[in-house]
Amino acid sequence: MCDQTFMAATFGPCDSCGKASPLMNIYIKSEAINYCSFCVEMMACQQLQKGETLQSLKKESDSLKKKLEEERGKLNDVELHQVAEKVEVLSSLSIKTRRVLKGHGNKVLCVDWCKDKRRLVSSSQDGKAIVWDAFTLNKVSEISLSVFYFDSNAQNGLDNKCSVVPLSLDKNENLAAKKKSVAMHTNYVSGCTFTNSDMQLLTSSGDGTCALWDVESGQLLQSFHGHTADVLSLDLAPSETGNTFVSGGCDMKANVWDMRSGQNIQSFESHESDINCVRYYPSGDAFASASDDATCRFYDLRADREVAVYQKDSVIFGASSVDFSLSGRLLFAGYNDYTINVWDVLKGTRVSILFGHENRVSRVRVSPDGTALCSASWDNTLRIWA
Amino acid sequence: MSTNNNIAQARKLVEQLRIEAGIERIKVSKAAADLMSYCDQHARSDPLLVGVPTSENPFKDKKPCIIL
Repeated sequence: MCDQTFMAATFGPCDSCGKASPLMNIYIKSEAINYCSFCVEMMACQQLQKGETLQSLKKESDSLKKKLEEERGKLNDVELHQVAEKVEVLSSLSIKTRRVLKGHGNKVLCVDWCKDKRRLVSSSQDGKAIVWDAFTLNKVSEISLSVFYFDSNAQNGLDNKCSVVPLSLDKNENLAAKKKSVAMHTNYVSGCTFTNSDMQLLTSSGDGTCALWDVESGQLLQSFHGHTADVLSLDLAPSETGNTFVSGGCDMKANVWDMRSGQNIQSFESHESDINCVRYYPSGDAFASASDDATCRFYDLRADREVAVYQKDSVIFGASSVDFSLSGRLLFAGYNDYTINVWDVLKGTRVSILFGHENRVSRVRVSPDGTALCSASWDNTLRIWA
Repeated sequence: MSTNNNIAQARKLVEQLRIEAGIERIKVSKAAADLMSYCDQHARSDPLLVGVPTSENPFKDKKPCIIL
Protein backbone atom coordinates (compact mmCIF):
# COMPACT_ATOMS: atom_id res chain seq x y z
CA MET A 1 0.00 0.00 0.00
CA CYS A 2 1.31 3.41 -0.72
CA ASP A 3 -0.01 6.82 0.18
CA GLN A 4 -0.42 9.13 -2.72
CA THR A 5 0.65 12.54 -1.62
CA PHE A 6 -0.30 15.52 -3.73
CA MET A 7 1.85 18.60 -3.88
CA ALA A 8 -1.26 20.81 -4.06
CA ALA A 9 -2.23 22.69 -0.96
CA THR A 10 -5.87 23.23 -1.94
CA PHE A 11 -8.71 21.19 -3.38
CA GLY A 12 -11.65 22.80 -5.04
CA PRO A 13 -13.29 23.89 -8.30
CA CYS A 14 -10.79 24.80 -10.99
CA ASP A 15 -11.07 28.44 -12.14
CA SER A 16 -10.82 27.31 -15.75
CA CYS A 17 -12.75 24.05 -16.21
CA GLY A 18 -14.82 24.17 -13.05
CA LYS A 19 -14.19 20.57 -12.05
CA ALA A 20 -13.31 19.85 -8.47
CA SER A 21 -9.76 18.62 -8.28
CA PRO A 22 -6.46 19.31 -6.57
CA LEU A 23 -5.44 22.81 -7.57
CA MET A 24 -1.98 24.01 -8.49
CA ASN A 25 -1.31 27.25 -6.65
CA ILE A 26 0.62 29.31 -9.13
CA TYR A 27 1.15 33.01 -9.50
CA ILE A 28 1.28 34.80 -12.83
CA LYS A 29 2.52 38.37 -12.50
CA SER A 30 1.66 38.19 -8.80
CA GLU A 31 -1.93 37.22 -9.59
CA ALA A 32 -3.02 33.94 -7.96
CA ILE A 33 -4.32 31.41 -10.44
CA ASN A 34 -6.12 28.35 -9.12
CA TYR A 35 -6.16 25.90 -12.00
CA CYS A 36 -6.10 22.12 -11.91
CA SER A 37 -2.92 20.58 -13.35
CA PHE A 38 -4.60 19.75 -16.66
CA CYS A 39 -5.70 23.33 -17.23
CA VAL A 40 -2.27 24.66 -16.27
CA GLU A 41 -0.75 22.51 -18.99
CA MET A 42 -3.43 23.62 -21.48
CA MET A 43 -2.75 27.23 -20.65
CA ALA A 44 0.98 26.81 -21.15
CA CYS A 45 0.42 25.08 -24.48
CA GLN A 46 -2.08 27.64 -25.68
CA GLN A 47 0.38 30.43 -25.07
CA LEU A 48 2.98 28.64 -27.13
CA GLN A 49 0.60 27.71 -29.88
CA LYS A 50 -1.43 30.91 -29.62
CA GLY A 51 -0.76 31.78 -33.21
CA GLU A 52 -1.87 28.41 -34.40
CA THR A 53 -5.09 28.21 -32.41
CA LEU A 54 -6.25 31.67 -33.39
CA GLN A 55 -5.36 30.95 -37.00
CA SER A 56 -7.18 27.63 -37.12
CA LEU A 57 -10.26 29.23 -35.58
CA LYS A 58 -10.16 32.04 -38.12
CA LYS A 59 -9.89 29.53 -40.94
CA GLU A 60 -12.87 27.65 -39.60
CA SER A 61 -14.99 30.79 -39.26
CA ASP A 62 -14.11 31.87 -42.82
CA SER A 63 -15.04 28.49 -44.24
CA LEU A 64 -18.28 28.47 -42.24
CA LYS A 65 -19.17 31.92 -43.61
CA LYS A 66 -18.60 30.64 -47.14
CA LYS A 67 -20.70 27.57 -46.44
CA LEU A 68 -23.53 29.79 -45.13
CA GLU A 69 -23.46 31.88 -48.28
CA GLU A 70 -23.51 28.76 -50.45
CA GLU A 71 -26.39 27.20 -48.57
CA ARG A 72 -28.41 30.39 -48.78
CA GLY A 73 -27.53 30.80 -52.46
CA LYS A 74 -28.70 27.29 -53.36
CA LEU A 75 -32.26 28.15 -52.35
CA ASN A 76 -32.37 31.43 -54.22
CA ASP A 77 -34.14 29.94 -57.21
CA VAL A 78 -36.24 32.98 -58.01
CA GLU A 79 -36.67 36.60 -56.92
CA LEU A 80 -39.75 37.71 -54.95
CA HIS A 81 -40.70 40.37 -57.49
CA GLN A 82 -40.56 37.80 -60.29
CA VAL A 83 -42.99 35.52 -58.46
CA ALA A 84 -45.12 38.59 -57.78
CA GLU A 85 -45.50 39.40 -61.46
CA LYS A 86 -48.71 37.39 -61.50
CA VAL A 87 -50.20 39.59 -58.78
CA GLU A 88 -52.41 42.47 -59.87
CA VAL A 89 -50.86 45.91 -59.92
CA LEU A 90 -52.22 48.05 -57.11
CA SER A 91 -54.60 50.79 -58.06
CA SER A 92 -53.58 54.20 -56.82
CA LEU A 93 -54.27 54.73 -53.14
CA SER A 94 -56.32 57.61 -51.85
CA ILE A 95 -54.39 58.13 -48.65
CA LYS A 96 -54.32 61.72 -47.42
CA THR A 97 -53.69 63.64 -44.24
CA ARG A 98 -56.88 63.51 -42.20
CA ARG A 99 -55.65 64.98 -38.93
CA VAL A 100 -52.71 67.05 -37.78
CA LEU A 101 -51.97 66.76 -34.07
CA LYS A 102 -50.32 69.88 -32.72
CA GLY A 103 -49.27 70.31 -29.13
CA HIS A 104 -45.68 69.27 -28.72
CA GLY A 105 -43.14 72.03 -28.26
CA ASN A 106 -40.28 70.21 -29.92
CA LYS A 107 -39.43 67.31 -32.24
CA VAL A 108 -41.80 64.38 -31.89
CA LEU A 109 -39.60 61.33 -31.67
CA CYS A 110 -41.93 58.47 -31.08
CA VAL A 111 -45.56 57.45 -31.35
CA ASP A 112 -47.61 54.34 -30.83
CA TRP A 113 -51.27 53.37 -30.96
CA CYS A 114 -53.20 52.09 -28.02
CA LYS A 115 -55.00 48.75 -28.43
CA ASP A 116 -58.33 50.57 -28.32
CA LYS A 117 -57.46 51.79 -31.86
CA ARG A 118 -58.23 55.41 -31.16
CA ARG A 119 -55.78 56.63 -28.57
CA LEU A 120 -52.22 57.47 -29.42
CA VAL A 121 -49.27 58.19 -27.20
CA SER A 122 -46.40 60.33 -28.44
CA SER A 123 -43.20 61.54 -26.90
CA SER A 124 -41.10 64.54 -27.75
CA GLN A 125 -37.80 66.20 -27.15
CA ASP A 126 -39.73 68.80 -25.16
CA GLY A 127 -39.75 66.23 -22.36
CA LYS A 128 -43.44 65.43 -22.52
CA ALA A 129 -45.49 62.40 -23.44
CA ILE A 130 -49.01 63.20 -24.64
CA VAL A 131 -51.91 60.79 -24.92
CA TRP A 132 -54.23 61.84 -27.75
CA ASP A 133 -57.69 60.80 -28.81
CA ALA A 134 -57.18 60.42 -32.54
CA PHE A 135 -60.85 60.82 -33.46
CA THR A 136 -61.53 64.06 -31.60
CA LEU A 137 -57.97 65.44 -31.41
CA ASN A 138 -58.38 65.99 -27.68
CA LYS A 139 -55.36 65.60 -25.51
CA VAL A 140 -56.31 63.00 -22.95
CA SER A 141 -53.34 63.60 -20.70
CA GLU A 142 -49.89 65.04 -20.63
CA ILE A 143 -47.01 63.56 -18.70
CA SER A 144 -43.80 65.41 -18.00
CA LEU A 145 -40.85 63.09 -17.86
CA SER A 146 -37.38 62.88 -19.24
CA VAL A 147 -38.75 60.69 -21.98
CA PHE A 148 -37.30 60.20 -25.38
CA TYR A 149 -38.47 56.96 -26.91
CA PHE A 150 -41.17 54.56 -25.95
CA ASP A 151 -43.48 51.85 -27.07
CA SER A 152 -46.96 51.09 -25.70
CA ASN A 153 -46.93 52.50 -22.19
CA ALA A 154 -43.26 52.22 -21.43
CA GLN A 155 -40.99 55.20 -21.78
CA ASN A 156 -37.23 55.32 -22.32
CA GLY A 157 -35.01 58.15 -21.39
CA LEU A 158 -31.45 59.17 -21.92
CA ASP A 159 -30.93 58.33 -18.26
CA ASN A 160 -30.41 54.72 -19.46
CA LYS A 161 -33.60 53.59 -17.80
CA CYS A 162 -36.93 52.44 -19.06
CA SER A 163 -40.02 53.23 -17.03
CA VAL A 164 -43.55 51.97 -17.12
CA VAL A 165 -46.39 54.42 -16.59
CA PRO A 166 -49.87 52.97 -16.17
CA LEU A 167 -52.48 54.90 -18.12
CA SER A 168 -56.01 55.08 -16.86
CA LEU A 169 -59.15 56.91 -17.84
CA ASP A 170 -59.25 58.79 -14.54
CA LYS A 171 -58.16 62.33 -15.39
CA ASN A 172 -57.43 63.18 -11.79
CA GLU A 173 -54.78 60.59 -11.32
CA ASN A 174 -51.24 61.82 -11.03
CA LEU A 175 -49.72 59.53 -13.61
CA ALA A 176 -46.12 60.67 -13.18
CA ALA A 177 -46.19 59.57 -9.56
CA LYS A 178 -47.01 56.03 -10.62
CA LYS A 179 -44.00 55.81 -12.90
CA LYS A 180 -41.98 52.73 -12.18
CA SER A 181 -38.43 52.21 -13.33
CA VAL A 182 -38.01 48.77 -14.84
CA ALA A 183 -34.98 48.46 -17.08
CA MET A 184 -31.44 49.66 -16.50
CA HIS A 185 -28.78 49.61 -19.20
CA THR A 186 -25.25 50.98 -19.28
CA ASN A 187 -26.08 53.29 -22.17
CA TYR A 188 -29.20 54.93 -23.65
CA VAL A 189 -32.28 52.79 -24.19
CA SER A 190 -33.29 52.99 -27.85
CA GLY A 191 -36.41 50.91 -27.99
CA CYS A 192 -38.75 48.81 -25.92
CA THR A 193 -41.85 46.69 -26.16
CA PHE A 194 -44.07 44.68 -23.84
CA THR A 195 -44.11 40.96 -24.46
CA ASN A 196 -47.34 39.09 -25.13
CA SER A 197 -48.12 38.67 -21.46
CA ASP A 198 -47.60 42.36 -20.59
CA MET A 199 -45.68 41.14 -17.56
CA GLN A 200 -42.33 41.42 -19.26
CA LEU A 201 -40.53 44.22 -21.05
CA LEU A 202 -37.99 43.82 -23.83
CA THR A 203 -35.49 46.66 -24.32
CA SER A 204 -32.72 47.51 -26.77
CA SER A 205 -29.83 49.75 -25.86
CA GLY A 206 -26.91 51.84 -27.07
CA ASP A 207 -24.74 49.50 -25.01
CA GLY A 208 -25.11 46.91 -27.81
CA THR A 209 -27.38 44.51 -25.95
CA CYS A 210 -31.07 43.72 -25.66
CA ALA A 211 -32.62 42.63 -22.39
CA LEU A 212 -35.78 41.04 -21.04
CA TRP A 213 -37.13 42.38 -17.72
CA ASP A 214 -39.86 41.40 -15.30
CA VAL A 215 -42.11 44.45 -14.96
CA GLU A 216 -43.23 43.81 -11.41
CA SER A 217 -39.84 43.19 -9.80
CA GLY A 218 -37.63 45.03 -12.30
CA GLN A 219 -35.40 41.97 -12.44
CA LEU A 220 -33.29 41.15 -15.50
CA LEU A 221 -34.53 37.82 -16.88
CA GLN A 222 -32.36 37.40 -19.98
CA SER A 223 -29.79 39.39 -21.88
CA PHE A 224 -28.97 39.15 -25.57
CA HIS A 225 -25.39 39.69 -26.71
CA GLY A 226 -24.22 39.64 -30.30
CA HIS A 227 -24.45 43.12 -31.77
CA THR A 228 -21.12 44.88 -32.03
CA ALA A 229 -22.55 48.41 -31.86
CA ASP A 230 -25.63 50.31 -30.60
CA VAL A 231 -28.91 48.47 -31.04
CA LEU A 232 -31.43 50.98 -32.40
CA SER A 233 -34.64 49.04 -32.76
CA LEU A 234 -36.45 45.85 -31.92
CA ASP A 235 -39.76 44.17 -32.74
CA LEU A 236 -41.52 41.21 -31.20
CA ALA A 237 -42.75 38.36 -33.44
CA PRO A 238 -46.55 38.64 -33.84
CA SER A 239 -47.54 35.08 -33.05
CA GLU A 240 -49.34 34.51 -29.75
CA THR A 241 -46.94 31.78 -28.75
CA GLY A 242 -44.09 33.81 -30.18
CA ASN A 243 -40.77 33.58 -28.44
CA THR A 244 -38.60 35.38 -30.91
CA PHE A 245 -37.79 38.98 -31.69
CA VAL A 246 -35.67 40.83 -34.22
CA SER A 247 -33.25 43.67 -33.50
CA GLY A 248 -31.32 46.05 -35.76
CA GLY A 249 -28.40 48.32 -35.01
CA CYS A 250 -25.45 50.47 -35.96
CA ASP A 251 -23.39 47.39 -36.86
CA MET A 252 -25.66 47.13 -39.97
CA LYS A 253 -26.90 43.75 -38.81
CA ALA A 254 -30.40 42.51 -38.09
CA ASN A 255 -30.45 39.62 -35.61
CA VAL A 256 -33.26 37.26 -34.71
CA TRP A 257 -33.23 35.99 -31.11
CA ASP A 258 -34.84 33.24 -29.06
CA MET A 259 -36.24 34.99 -25.96
CA ARG A 260 -35.96 32.00 -23.65
CA SER A 261 -32.41 30.89 -24.35
CA GLY A 262 -30.90 34.26 -25.27
CA GLN A 263 -29.51 32.61 -28.40
CA ASN A 264 -28.98 34.52 -31.64
CA ILE A 265 -30.79 32.27 -34.14
CA GLN A 266 -30.34 34.12 -37.42
CA SER A 267 -28.35 37.09 -38.60
CA PHE A 268 -28.72 39.26 -41.71
CA GLU A 269 -26.03 41.60 -42.92
CA SER A 270 -26.88 43.30 -46.19
CA HIS A 271 -27.49 46.93 -45.27
CA GLU A 272 -24.72 49.41 -45.93
CA SER A 273 -25.36 51.65 -42.95
CA ASP A 274 -27.10 51.82 -39.57
CA ILE A 275 -30.42 50.01 -39.35
CA ASN A 276 -32.86 52.46 -37.73
CA CYS A 277 -35.95 50.32 -37.53
CA VAL A 278 -37.04 46.70 -37.85
CA ARG A 279 -40.64 45.52 -38.13
CA TYR A 280 -42.19 42.08 -38.55
CA TYR A 281 -44.46 41.20 -41.48
CA PRO A 282 -47.97 40.42 -40.12
CA SER A 283 -47.57 36.65 -40.62
CA GLY A 284 -44.36 36.62 -38.61
CA ASP A 285 -42.43 34.82 -41.34
CA ALA A 286 -40.55 37.88 -42.52
CA PHE A 287 -39.46 41.34 -41.43
CA ALA A 288 -38.52 44.67 -42.97
CA SER A 289 -35.79 47.10 -42.01
CA ALA A 290 -35.16 50.82 -42.60
CA SER A 291 -31.64 52.15 -42.85
CA ASP A 292 -29.48 55.24 -43.22
CA ASP A 293 -28.34 53.80 -46.56
CA ALA A 294 -31.66 55.10 -48.00
CA THR A 295 -33.06 51.62 -48.58
CA CYS A 296 -35.61 49.46 -46.86
CA ARG A 297 -35.10 45.73 -47.12
CA PHE A 298 -37.32 42.70 -46.72
CA TYR A 299 -35.99 39.46 -45.23
CA ASP A 300 -37.77 36.10 -45.22
CA LEU A 301 -36.98 34.09 -42.09
CA ARG A 302 -37.73 30.64 -43.49
CA ALA A 303 -35.62 31.21 -46.61
CA ASP A 304 -33.01 32.87 -44.37
CA ARG A 305 -32.19 35.65 -46.83
CA GLU A 306 -33.00 39.12 -48.08
CA VAL A 307 -35.79 38.84 -50.66
CA ALA A 308 -36.42 42.46 -51.62
CA VAL A 309 -34.77 45.88 -51.58
CA TYR A 310 -36.96 48.98 -51.71
CA GLN A 311 -34.89 51.74 -53.26
CA LYS A 312 -34.92 54.37 -55.96
CA ASP A 313 -32.20 56.59 -57.37
CA SER A 314 -34.26 59.59 -56.36
CA VAL A 315 -34.44 58.44 -52.74
CA ILE A 316 -31.15 59.44 -51.19
CA PHE A 317 -32.07 60.22 -47.60
CA GLY A 318 -32.01 57.69 -44.81
CA ALA A 319 -35.17 55.88 -43.79
CA SER A 320 -35.99 56.18 -40.10
CA SER A 321 -39.01 53.95 -39.64
CA VAL A 322 -41.17 51.31 -41.36
CA ASP A 323 -44.50 49.64 -40.74
CA PHE A 324 -46.70 47.22 -42.70
CA SER A 325 -50.36 47.65 -43.57
CA LEU A 326 -52.73 45.03 -42.13
CA SER A 327 -52.39 42.57 -45.03
CA GLY A 328 -48.67 43.15 -45.39
CA ARG A 329 -49.02 44.27 -49.00
CA LEU A 330 -48.00 47.86 -48.29
CA LEU A 331 -44.87 49.04 -46.51
CA PHE A 332 -44.94 52.59 -45.18
CA ALA A 333 -41.49 54.08 -44.70
CA GLY A 334 -40.64 57.46 -43.17
CA TYR A 335 -37.57 59.26 -44.46
CA ASN A 336 -35.27 62.11 -43.49
CA ASP A 337 -36.36 64.00 -46.63
CA TYR A 338 -39.69 64.69 -44.86
CA THR A 339 -41.69 62.20 -46.96
CA ILE A 340 -43.31 58.83 -46.42
CA ASN A 341 -42.89 56.38 -49.28
CA VAL A 342 -45.45 53.63 -49.71
CA TRP A 343 -43.92 50.50 -51.25
CA ASP A 344 -45.59 47.46 -52.80
CA VAL A 345 -43.99 44.76 -50.67
CA LEU A 346 -44.35 41.99 -53.27
CA LYS A 347 -43.49 43.83 -56.47
CA GLY A 348 -40.82 46.08 -54.98
CA THR A 349 -42.18 49.22 -56.59
CA ARG A 350 -43.19 52.49 -55.01
CA VAL A 351 -46.95 52.96 -54.97
CA SER A 352 -47.27 56.42 -53.48
CA ILE A 353 -45.47 59.28 -51.74
CA LEU A 354 -47.11 61.05 -48.81
CA PHE A 355 -46.11 64.69 -48.51
CA GLY A 356 -47.02 67.00 -45.68
CA HIS A 357 -44.44 67.01 -42.95
CA GLU A 358 -42.06 69.93 -42.76
CA ASN A 359 -39.17 68.07 -41.25
CA ARG A 360 -37.82 64.54 -40.84
CA VAL A 361 -40.31 61.78 -40.24
CA SER A 362 -39.13 60.01 -37.11
CA ARG A 363 -41.74 57.24 -36.75
CA VAL A 364 -44.62 55.69 -38.70
CA ARG A 365 -47.20 53.39 -37.15
CA VAL A 366 -50.27 51.70 -38.61
CA SER A 367 -53.26 51.53 -36.24
CA PRO A 368 -54.09 48.09 -34.77
CA ASP A 369 -57.17 47.70 -37.01
CA GLY A 370 -55.31 48.97 -40.07
CA THR A 371 -57.60 51.93 -40.75
CA ALA A 372 -55.00 54.65 -40.39
CA LEU A 373 -51.32 55.49 -40.39
CA CYS A 374 -49.82 57.86 -37.83
CA SER A 375 -46.53 59.63 -38.48
CA ALA A 376 -44.40 61.59 -36.00
CA SER A 377 -42.02 64.26 -37.18
CA TRP A 378 -39.31 66.70 -36.18
CA ASP A 379 -41.72 69.46 -37.28
CA ASN A 380 -43.37 69.06 -33.81
CA THR A 381 -46.56 67.51 -35.21
CA LEU A 382 -48.13 64.15 -35.76
CA ARG A 383 -50.24 63.38 -38.80
CA ILE A 384 -52.94 60.78 -39.25
CA TRP A 385 -53.34 59.47 -42.79
CA ALA A 386 -56.28 57.42 -44.02
CA MET B 1 -5.18 38.52 -21.01
CA SER B 2 -6.00 39.86 -24.43
CA THR B 3 -4.72 36.82 -26.31
CA ASN B 4 -7.10 34.52 -24.45
CA ASN B 5 -9.90 37.02 -25.15
CA ASN B 6 -9.21 36.89 -28.88
CA ILE B 7 -9.34 33.11 -28.81
CA ALA B 8 -12.53 33.18 -26.76
CA GLN B 9 -14.10 35.64 -29.21
CA ALA B 10 -13.03 33.61 -32.23
CA ARG B 11 -14.44 30.47 -30.62
CA LYS B 12 -17.77 32.23 -29.97
CA LEU B 13 -17.91 33.34 -33.60
CA VAL B 14 -17.27 29.82 -34.85
CA GLU B 15 -19.96 28.46 -32.52
CA GLN B 16 -22.44 31.08 -33.72
CA LEU B 17 -21.66 30.40 -37.39
CA ARG B 18 -22.06 26.65 -36.83
CA ILE B 19 -25.54 27.24 -35.41
CA GLU B 20 -26.51 29.52 -38.27
CA ALA B 21 -25.14 27.19 -40.93
CA GLY B 22 -27.13 24.32 -39.49
CA ILE B 23 -30.64 25.79 -39.58
CA GLU B 24 -33.25 24.48 -41.99
CA ARG B 25 -34.12 26.68 -44.94
CA ILE B 26 -36.79 26.63 -47.62
CA LYS B 27 -36.58 27.78 -51.23
CA VAL B 28 -37.29 31.42 -52.02
CA SER B 29 -40.00 30.33 -54.50
CA LYS B 30 -41.90 28.60 -51.69
CA ALA B 31 -41.36 31.51 -49.26
CA ALA B 32 -42.50 34.01 -51.89
CA ALA B 33 -45.59 31.96 -52.68
CA ASP B 34 -46.52 31.90 -48.99
CA LEU B 35 -46.05 35.66 -48.64
CA MET B 36 -48.22 36.25 -51.70
CA SER B 37 -50.99 34.01 -50.46
CA TYR B 38 -50.98 35.75 -47.06
CA CYS B 39 -51.32 39.14 -48.76
CA ASP B 40 -54.09 37.81 -50.95
CA GLN B 41 -56.03 36.30 -48.08
CA HIS B 42 -55.95 39.48 -46.04
CA ALA B 43 -56.17 42.07 -48.80
CA ARG B 44 -59.89 42.50 -48.54
CA SER B 45 -59.75 43.35 -44.86
CA ASP B 46 -56.93 45.88 -45.28
CA PRO B 47 -58.55 49.33 -45.02
CA LEU B 48 -55.54 51.25 -46.27
CA LEU B 49 -55.23 49.00 -49.30
CA VAL B 50 -58.79 48.77 -50.54
CA GLY B 51 -60.21 51.88 -49.00
CA VAL B 52 -63.15 52.10 -46.69
CA PRO B 53 -66.37 54.01 -47.41
CA THR B 54 -66.36 57.46 -45.84
CA SER B 55 -69.33 56.62 -43.64
CA GLU B 56 -67.41 53.83 -41.93
CA ASN B 57 -64.02 55.45 -41.58
CA PRO B 58 -63.81 57.52 -38.39
CA PHE B 59 -60.93 59.53 -39.79
CA LYS B 60 -62.50 60.63 -43.03
CA ASP B 61 -64.56 63.77 -42.58
CA LYS B 62 -68.24 63.28 -43.02
CA LYS B 63 -70.51 65.92 -44.43
CA PRO B 64 -72.26 67.68 -41.59
CA CYS B 65 -75.89 66.82 -41.01
CA ILE B 66 -78.50 69.52 -41.30
CA ILE B 67 -81.55 69.32 -39.15
CA LEU B 68 -84.44 70.73 -41.09
